[in-house]
Amino acid sequence: MKHLDEYRDRELAQRIIERIHASSKKGIRIMEVCGTHTVSIFRNGIRDVLPSNIALISGPGCPVCVTATEEIDKSIKLSREHDVIITTFGDLMRVPGSKSSLQKEKANGADIRVVYSVSDAIKIASNNPQKRVVFLGIGFETTAPTIAAAVLEAKSEGIKNFFVLVLHKLIPPAMEALLSGGDLKIDGFMCPGHVTSIIGASSYVPVTQRYHIPCVVAGFEPIDILQAIYMLVEQLEEGQAQVEIQYKRGVTFEGNKNAMAIMERVFDRCDTVWRGLGVISKSGFKLKVQYREFAAEDSFDLSIPKAKEHPGCMCGEILRGVVTPAECPLFRRTCNPGHPVGPCMVSSEGTCAAYYKYQA
Amino acid sequence: MCLAIPAKVVEIGKGEGKDEDKGGVKAKADFGGVSREIDVSLVDAKVGDYVMVHAGFAIEIMDEHEAKETIELWREMLEKCF
Ligand code: SF4
Repeated sequence: MKHLDEYRDRELAQRIIERIHASSKKGIRIMEVCGTHTVSIFRNGIRDVLPSNIALISGPGCPVCVTATEEIDKSIKLSREHDVIITTFGDLMRVPGSKSSLQKEKANGADIRVVYSVSDAIKIASNNPQKRVVFLGIGFETTAPTIAAAVLEAKSEGIKNFFVLVLHKLIPPAMEALLSGGDLKIDGFMCPGHVTSIIGASSYVPVTQRYHIPCVVAGFEPIDILQAIYMLVEQLEEGQAQVEIQYKRGVTFEGNKNAMAIMERVFDRCDTVWRGLGVISKSGFKLKVQYREFAAEDSFDLSIPKAKEHPGCMCGEILRGVVTPAECPLFRRTCNPGHPVGPCMVSSEGTCAAYYKYQA
Repeated sequence: MCLAIPAKVVEIGKGEGKDEDKGGVKAKADFGGVSREIDVSLVDAKVGDYVMVHAGFAIEIMDEHEAKETIELWREMLEKCF
């Protein structure tokens, strides 16, 4: 496929690896913010080809993983309403809540449907006028505009039985929260390609300025990731902290103005809770007043008992990049992809699942 | 979950020359031989454009010129340096 195959060229990869080895002198820690990067780094064996002075740290960029237990509990509560159809991306199904999961609720008879796109949820709503269809709106800036577009569509089509539980989370505030948390040492960020397609690379300028940390926006193929690492190495060797785009075919400095305008039209920023990171100011979205008719929290009682975390699970620390899965006592023992204890083992993009699959 | 894959827009459906307030501009796209309906309301795509598709929506139009440059500039630079 065009725009993919040319970024998998072995010879070019080898050349870039040689360059990295030749240029990299300092001990550096690079965080790949995005879970899709984590998986690509493992799948392509990128850690194994880097010099030992470069450490790659996996970050919080797995939307399922950062969804808080209380948010899962609310989704489960919604699924128990007799006239509700829950529509969700598949990854969320197995994430454990305090007592149950969406998958268990489905086995017990709840009408929960996995969809590929929020457009499918709109179709389900128009085909089932006697039901209330709730979409679980997880995801970062990549996904949020698709949900915003769906809300506009529902409004213009006069669909009254469609609701969204907006759980979106925003990446730049999380990066700042990680840095200001103080327990993590990071020298450079590899920034998520598709989040940045939407928000534009300029969104990271405050991070580079406030914390003097370089940010390079990377694509997802092996050549992309190696190039991005090389660009970070060059900046760090020279003591620079700039925003650069490696993934120029899909990312601009300004971002996708249409998509941002649609998000702005539909959502207001709000504080939201992240697993592992706690409440981060202005890191989430809620529907604007004009679109509240679609807000699940306005139409349903979402009060729940205080959420309970699994006592042994270290997902919170893993999402902050302060421990690796091997340091979790449950890893590979009680916790594995067949029986995940925490969300980082559920999602294929979760750090624990990636370590489990690719690291012997 | 922020996975997006490239596809070529082959047909743009209802709502072309779209009204800002409307979501739901549909198009047909070719994913390396497999045709699927996508939503193009987030981009100003034309037939023939390559777009990145995430969860059924085109989120960005691929920049052909930049795509070429990324690969070629690197090839050149690496030729010179080694
Ligand atoms: S290995 Fe399992 S229990 Fe440990 S942090 Fe990862 S998901 Fe949680």
